[in-house]
Amino acid sequence: MTRQFKEILIKNLFALLAFVAVLVLGLIVVFLFREGLPLFRLVSPGQFLFGTAWYPTYDPPEYGIWPLIVGSFTVTLFSCLIAVPLGVLSAVYISEIAPAHLKNVLKSVIELLAGLPSVVLGFFGMVVIAPWLQETFDLPTGLNIVNASLMLAIMAIPTITSISEDALYAVPREFKEASYALGATKFETIARVIVPTALSGISTAVILGMARALGETMVVLMAAGGAAAVPESLFDSVRPMTASIAAEMGEAPFRSGHYHALFATGMVLFGITLAFNLIADAISNRFKEVGSGTL
Amino acid sequence: MNAAAPSTSLKWRYVRQGLFFGVVRLSAFLITATLLLILAYIFMNGFRAISWDFLTLPPTDAMTRGGIMPAIVGTLYLTVGAIAVALPLGVASAVYLTEYARQGLAIRVLRIGVNCLAGVPSVVFGLFGLGLFVVFLRFGSSILAGALTLGILILPTIIGASEEALKAVPQTFREASLALGVSKWRTISRIVLPNALPGILTGSILGIGRAAGETAPIMFTAATFFTAALPRSVFDEVMALPYHIYVLATAGTQIDETRPLQYGTVLVLVALVLGIDLVAILIRSAMRKKKRW
Repeated sequence: MTRQFKEILIKNLFALLAFVAVLVLGLIVVFLFREGLPLFRLVSPGQFLFGTAWYPTYDPPEYGIWPLIVGSFTVTLFSCLIAVPLGVLSAVYISEIAPAHLKNVLKSVIELLAGLPSVVLGFFGMVVIAPWLQETFDLPTGLNIVNASLMLAIMAIPTITSISEDALYAVPREFKEASYALGATKFETIARVIVPTALSGISTAVILGMARALGETMVVLMAAGGAAAVPESLFDSVRPMTASIAAEMGEAPFRSGHYHALFATGMVLFGITLAFNLIADAISNRFKEVGSGTL
Repeated sequence: MNAAAPSTSLKWRYVRQGLFFGVVRLSAFLITATLLLILAYIFMNGFRAISWDFLTLPPTDAMTRGGIMPAIVGTLYLTVGAIAVALPLGVASAVYLTEYARQGLAIRVLRIGVNCLAGVPSVVFGLFGLGLFVVFLRFGSSILAGALTLGILILPTIIGASEEALKAVPQTFREASLALGVSKWRTISRIVLPNALPGILTGSILGIGRAAGETAPIMFTAATFFTAALPRSVFDEVMALPYHIYVLATAGTQIDETRPLQYGTVLVLVALVLGIDLVAILIRSAMRKKKRW
C-alpha cells in the first residue's frame, strides 16, 4: 500500500465518521416519521395541530395538541422574560466589567448551573417553589406556569449567558478604544458600541436559549402541573409537548393511536426546535464577517 | 448621539453608568445566589439520608426504604457506554472538520447538521432511541439502547470541545512536522492529537456529566422502575439515578414518606454530576496556566 493511498484512505475514513452526525439527524427524522405518520390515518394534520381536546385514552380518543403547543410556548415565553435580561446582563458583567478573578468564578458558576440535571430542577420546583407559591398566592396548586417558567429560566440562563459572552468578547478592541477616545463613558461604550456590535451573537444566544426551554422535559413534566387545557391565567397548570410525551409514552399501548400521536407530537417539537436552530445558524453566519475590516 | 449633547451633564452620565453597573452586578449576583441556594438546600436536606447502607443496598419495602445501589450502578453503565460511543465518533468528526475539511457545501451541511443535532430536545432523542434501538433493532429497553441514545445526545458536545482543542494547537506545529516530510496522518496522530488531548478530555468529562444527569432520553430506552438485581448483560434494563428521582417524587404510593430518600438521591446525583464538571473545570484551568504556547 503506497503512502499516498493510505493517506487518502484515512481522510475518507474520517469523513465517513464525521457524517455519522448528519446521518443520525436524518435517522431521527426517519424514525419520528415512521412511528408518527400513521396517526394521520386517524386524524387530519389540521385536527391534530389545532384540535383543542387532548383525550388520547378516551373512547373515542381525541388527538388535538393545540393546548400542548400553547403550553410549550407559554412557559418558554415567560421563562425568557426572566432569563434573557438576567442572562444578557450577566454576560455584559462577565465580559466587560467584572475584575479578572470574579470573571473566572462567574464563568464556573454558569458552567455548574448548566450542569445541574434538569430532573433536579424539576424536583426543586416540586418540593420548594410549589408549596411556597400555593401558600403565598392561595392557589389550588403550586405546579403551574409560574413555577415551570422560573425553573426553565434557570436552565436557559447558562445557554444565553455563555453564547452572549462569546459574542461580546469577540467585539474588536479598536471599537472600544475609538469610543473611549471620543470621550464616551464605559456605560455609553457598552450600550452604543459593544452591545450593538455583538447584537447578532446575542440574538443567536436568545434563540438558542428559547429552543432549550422549549425542548426541556423534566422541569415541565414535574413542575408545570400537567393540565392539557389552554391556560387562562399565569397560575394555571399546563402540559407542554415534552411533558406529554414523557408522561404518556410509558402507558401508551405499542403502535396504538396514542403511541403514534406522541411520536407525531415529537415531530412537531423537532420541527419547531430545528427551525429555531436554523434561524440561529443563519443569523450567526450572516453577521460573522463583522470586524474592523468590514466597517 | 444624545449622550454627547450639551444638555447631558457629565455628572448625570456617571450616575447613569453607576445605575447600569448596579443592575448588571445584581443580575450576576442573582444567578450565583440561585445556584448556591439550590445546592445548599439540596445538601442540607440530603446529607441526613446518606449512609453506607444507602449507597450499597438496593431499595426495599416497595421502594420506601433501603438504598439506591442499583441506580448508581445503572447510571455508571449508561454513562460509560455513552462515552464509549461518543468519544471516538466525536474526536474523529472534529479531526475531519479541523484538519481535513475544506470550505464547501459538504462542510456547511456537516456544520449545520452538528448544530441542529445539538439542538434536538432530549425527549426527542428518547423517541428516536425507542423507534430505532428498542423497536426496529429489537434491543428492547436495555443498557445498550440507552447508552447508544445518550451517546448520540452528547456527540455534539464532544465534537465542539474536540474541535476547539484541535484549533488551539498552533498551526506552526503542523507546519514544522510537515516540513520534515512527515505525512499528514502521522502529523495528526503524533503532533496534533497529543497536544489537543487535555482539551479533548475536558470536553469529554463535561459530556459525561451531561449523560449522567439526563432523564428523558433513557425513560423509554433503558430505565426501569425497580430492579434489585444488577444487570448481567447489555440487554438488561437498569435503574438510573435521575429516573429514580422522578419515579420517587411523582409516581410512588408514599411520596411524602419517601422524601428523605428523594433528597438523598438528588444529593448523590448532584454530587456526581457537579463533581465531574468541577474536575473538568479544574483540569482546564490548570492546563491554561501551564500552556507553553
